[in-house]
Amino acid sequence: MAFVPLTDAERDSMLETLGLPSTDTLFEVIPESVRFPDIDIGPALTEMEVTAQVEALAELNRPAYGAPFFLGAGAYRHFIPAAVGALMSRSEFSTSYTPYQPEVSQGTLQMSFEFQSLICDLTGMEVTNASVYDGASAVAEAALMALRLTGRERIVVSAGVHPHYRQALEAYVGPRGIDLVTSEIVVENGTLREIGLVEAIDDRTACCIVSQPTFFGEIRDLAEAFDKLHAAGGLAVEVYNPTSLGLLKPPGAWGADIAAAEGQPLGISLSFGGPYVGLLSCRRDLVRQLPGRIVGMAKDAEGRRGFVLTLQAREQHIRREKATSNICTSQTLISLGAASYLALLGPSGLREVAEACWHVARYAADQLGAILSVEVITPRPFFHEFAIRTPHPARDVNNRLLEHGIIGGYELGRAYPELENALLLCCTEVTTREQVDSLVAAVREAVGGGG
Amino acid sequence: MTEALLSELSTPGRETIRIGRPNVPAHAIDIPRELLRDELPLPEVGEPEVVRHFTRVSRLNVSIDTNFYPLGSCTMKYNPKVNDAMAALPGMRGIHPLQPEETVQGALQIIHAVQELIARITGFDAVSLTPAAGAQGELAGLLMIRAAQHARGQEHRRRVLIPDSAHGTNPATAAMVGYEVVTLPSDPRGNVDLEALEDLLDETVAGLMITVPSTLGLFDEAMLRVSELVHRAGGLVYGDGANLNALLGIARPRDLGLDVMHSNLHKTFTTPHGGGGPGSSAIAATAELAPFLPIPFVVRGSDGGYRLDADRPASIGRLGSFQGHFGMLVRAYTYIRMLGTPGLREVSEAAVLNANYLRSRLSQSYRVAHDRTCMHEVVLAGLRANGARTLDVAKRLLDYGYHPPTIYFPLVVPEAMMIEPTETETKATLDAFVETMLTIAQEAQRDPELLRTAPHTTPVGRLDEATAARNPVLHW
Repeated sequence: MAFVPLTDAERDSMLETLGLPSTDTLFEVIPESVRFPDIDIGPALTEMEVTAQVEALAELNRPAYGAPFFLGAGAYRHFIPAAVGALMSRSEFSTSYTPYQPEVSQGTLQMSFEFQSLICDLTGMEVTNASVYDGASAVAEAALMALRLTGRERIVVSAGVHPHYRQALEAYVGPRGIDLVTSEIVVENGTLREIGLVEAIDDRTACCIVSQPTFFGEIRDLAEAFDKLHAAGGLAVEVYNPTSLGLLKPPGAWGADIAAAEGQPLGISLSFGGPYVGLLSCRRDLVRQLPGRIVGMAKDAEGRRGFVLTLQAREQHIRREKATSNICTSQTLISLGAASYLALLGPSGLREVAEACWHVARYAADQLGAILSVEVITPRPFFHEFAIRTPHPARDVNNRLLEHGIIGGYELGRAYPELENALLLCCTEVTTREQVDSLVAAVREAVGGGG
Repeated sequence: MTEALLSELSTPGRETIRIGRPNVPAHAIDIPRELLRDELPLPEVGEPEVVRHFTRVSRLNVSIDTNFYPLGSCTMKYNPKVNDAMAALPGMRGIHPLQPEETVQGALQIIHAVQELIARITGFDAVSLTPAAGAQGELAGLLMIRAAQHARGQEHRRRVLIPDSAHGTNPATAAMVGYEVVTLPSDPRGNVDLEALEDLLDETVAGLMITVPSTLGLFDEAMLRVSELVHRAGGLVYGDGANLNALLGIARPRDLGLDVMHSNLHKTFTTPHGGGGPGSSAIAATAELAPFLPIPFVVRGSDGGYRLDADRPASIGRLGSFQGHFGMLVRAYTYIRMLGTPGLREVSEAAVLNANYLRSRLSQSYRVAHDRTCMHEVVLAGLRANGARTLDVAKRLLDYGYHPPTIYFPLVVPEAMMIEPTETETKATLDAFVETMLTIAQEAQRDPELLRTAPHTTPVGRLDEATAARNPVLHW
C-alpha cells in the first residue's frame, strides 16, 4: 500500500519497543466475536488502474461546457479564470485544517478575513462569517438566527426562494414546531405572481425570507415587504445571487438584516452540486448570534498584525449544547475560490459578467417569446433566468431538446405542481448567440408554434 | 513577516480580468434605476498581483504537504494527488447537479458505489452521502433517531445521553434537534461509567451519542454491553464515526450495536481538509432507521441505469442544496478503490501501531491519560515534571516545524494533548517528533521562559485573542 510507508523491519522494531508479538495484539480490546470481520470491497487498484476506471466513468457524463446548456436553478455555469483553480490547488491551503494554531495558520486566517471583507463589500452588509456549507444551509442558519434573536416562532418564506432551500429550512426548523408560512405562486394573464407574502407578516413573525432575484429570475422592489417587517419587529432575510450584485442594489442597501446566498457562481465548479460555499452576512449588532467561524484582526506582543478565529464564545467547542449552531467547519477552500474570483475580476469584471448575463438572457427571452405558443411568464425585469410556459409538459420539451444535443431548463413542475408546462431557463456570459438560436429553433420545433 | 491586504494593494483604474461583450444584439439595460446599485466597492488588483498575493499568503500556513500534523481526532493523513486529478476531470467538475440523469450516469454510478462501499466497511444496511460535513451528519443522525422514536410511538423520549469526553458538536447537535442533553461520566479507565449509564437509562431517553473509538483514543472495554443496555431501555445508539480510521477492517461499527453513524470522508477517506472545510460525511443506518435517511440517494433501476431518488416519504428531508459534496465523493471513491480489501486493515493497523509507538516513547517525559493500549491516537496529560503547560509545549513545537496536537481536548483530561500520527508517516518522522518532544520537556526544566514566549520563528507571535474578541475587527 503506497500510502502506508512502514517497512516490515520498521514495524517489527516498533512492536519490539511496545513489547508486543504482532499488530493483532493491539486489538485485543475488541470483542473477538466482532474482531477482524470479512469485508470484501474488491482488489486494491494501482493509481494507473484507478485513473483509467474513473476516466471511463467521467466519459459517461456530459459536461455543461461547450454545448448549448440552459440549466441554472441554483447552480450556474460561468467562466472561471485559470488563476482561481491554480490558487485553490495550493496544498498549503488544501491540506491544512481549521486554524486552531493561528501562528502557523495565518494563510488560512488572512484569506478568510479577506473573503469576509469582499463579501461585505459585495453585499453592503456589515459582517460576514467565514462561510457555511451552501445556499440551503445559509438560509436555514439565517432562519435559526432570527428565531434566537426575536424569540418568536413564526417564519414567513417566499415561494420564490429556491425550493431545495425551503426543504432544508423545513428539515432544520421542523423539530422545533415552528410555524412556517409559505406564500403562493399563481399564473395570471400569462404572468407569474406571488400572493400572500406581505400579508403574512405580522407581529409574531421572526423573519421573512425573500429571494432577489426570485427563483424565477424576477428582480423585485423589496421595500414594501421589508418596511412592513421592520414595523412589526421582524428581521428581513434576503437570499441573493452574488453575480447579480454586479448590477443590482445589494442586500445592505435594501435594509436586509441577514443576507444569505449560494456562493458557487463566484468561480466555483458545478461539480454535480458540491462542494459549494454558503455566504452568510448580517448587521453588526447581530454578530453574536451569527453561527460559524468568524475571523478577526489581532496583534501580537510586538504589534504585528495577524488574524485569529474570534467571538468563539458562540461556538460548539466552547458552548456545547448552548452554541449558536453545531457547525464546526466552514467551506474554507471553496471560499478561497470565491475570494480569488472577486479579486481577479474586480468591480469592472464583475459588472461585465452581470451585464453579459442580462444581455444574453434578455435576447433569449425575446426570441422565445416571439414563438406563438411560448409565453415568458417571469415578469420583467429579470436577471439571467426566466420561465417560459408552453402547451406541452416541460419534461417532453426537455426530452426533445436533448435529442438536439441541448440541455434545456429546470422543469418547474418538480417543485411547483401547477407549473407542469413551465421551464426555467438560464443564460450567462458563456452562453453564445448561436447556442440561444439553436435553443429557439429546437423549442419552436418541439412546441409546434409558428411566429 | 506579514502580507498586505487586497484592499491595501488596490489601485483605482487597475486593469483586471475582462469578460468582453456577448455577441447578442446590443440593448440598453432597462432595469429601473431604483433596483440597481450605485457603486461596487471591490478592490482593484491585477491578476499578477492577486496570484502573488494569495501564493504568499498560502506560505504562512503549515499543512500536511509541508509538515507533520498530528492534530488529534482530525486524521491529518496524506491526501493522494490522484484524488484531486480525478475530481478535476471535465466530466466530473463540469456537470450540473440538475442535469438529465442519462447525461450523468458516471457520476451517479460513483455515488452509488461509495454508498455501497461505506455500507460494507461499516456493516450498515443503507448510506446517504448528502451531509456536507460531520456536524451535518450528526444532525441527520439525531433527526433520524427522533423520527424513529416517533415512529415507535415514543415521542416522550426527550433526552440524549452524551459522554463527558464527547466533541462539542454532539451536545450542540442534540440541542438543535430539541433534545435535552445529559452528560454521562467516564470511569477511571476511560470507558463509559456503566453504573451511571444504568441509572440514567429510563423511558425519557431517546438515545446515546457515542464516539467509537472514544475521543480519549480508547476502545470502550464494554462497548457491546453499552449498546445492549441502551437498546434494552428502548433507546437508540448514535455513533460518531470521526475516529473510523482506527477500525477499517478491524471491526464493523454496526456489529458494535450502533444504529446510525456518520463518518467523515475528509478524515478516514483522504478528501482534503481545505483549511477547515469542505468536509464531507456519510450517514449510515440499520434497516430500521434507513427509511429516515436524508434525501436524495442514488438507486440502480432494473434496467441497470442509475437515478436520484428523492421520493422517500419517511425521510427527515433535504439538508443541502443538492446531493452532497460530489467532488469529495469522487476523491473518496478513488482512494477506497486503491485501498481495496487488503488495504483497509493495513491502514488501521499502521495508524494504531504508530499511535501506540508514540504513547510508549513519549511516556518517558509526559503523563499518559490512560495507560493502556490506545487506538489511532494517544491522549497525554501534560508534562511529568512541572515547568510548562501544554499550551507552551504546543507553541514551542511550532518553532521546531510541527503542527501541534489537539490541546485541552477532551475536556476531561487536564492539560490534554491529543496526538494522532495517522498511518501515512514514516518511522523516521515519528522518531524525530519524539526527540523533539523530549527536547522540549528538557527545555521546560532548563528554560521555561523559552516555552512561555514561544513561538519564536513563526510569521507572527502569540496573538492577543482577548482584545480581538472585545473589539472585533471583522473586515478591512
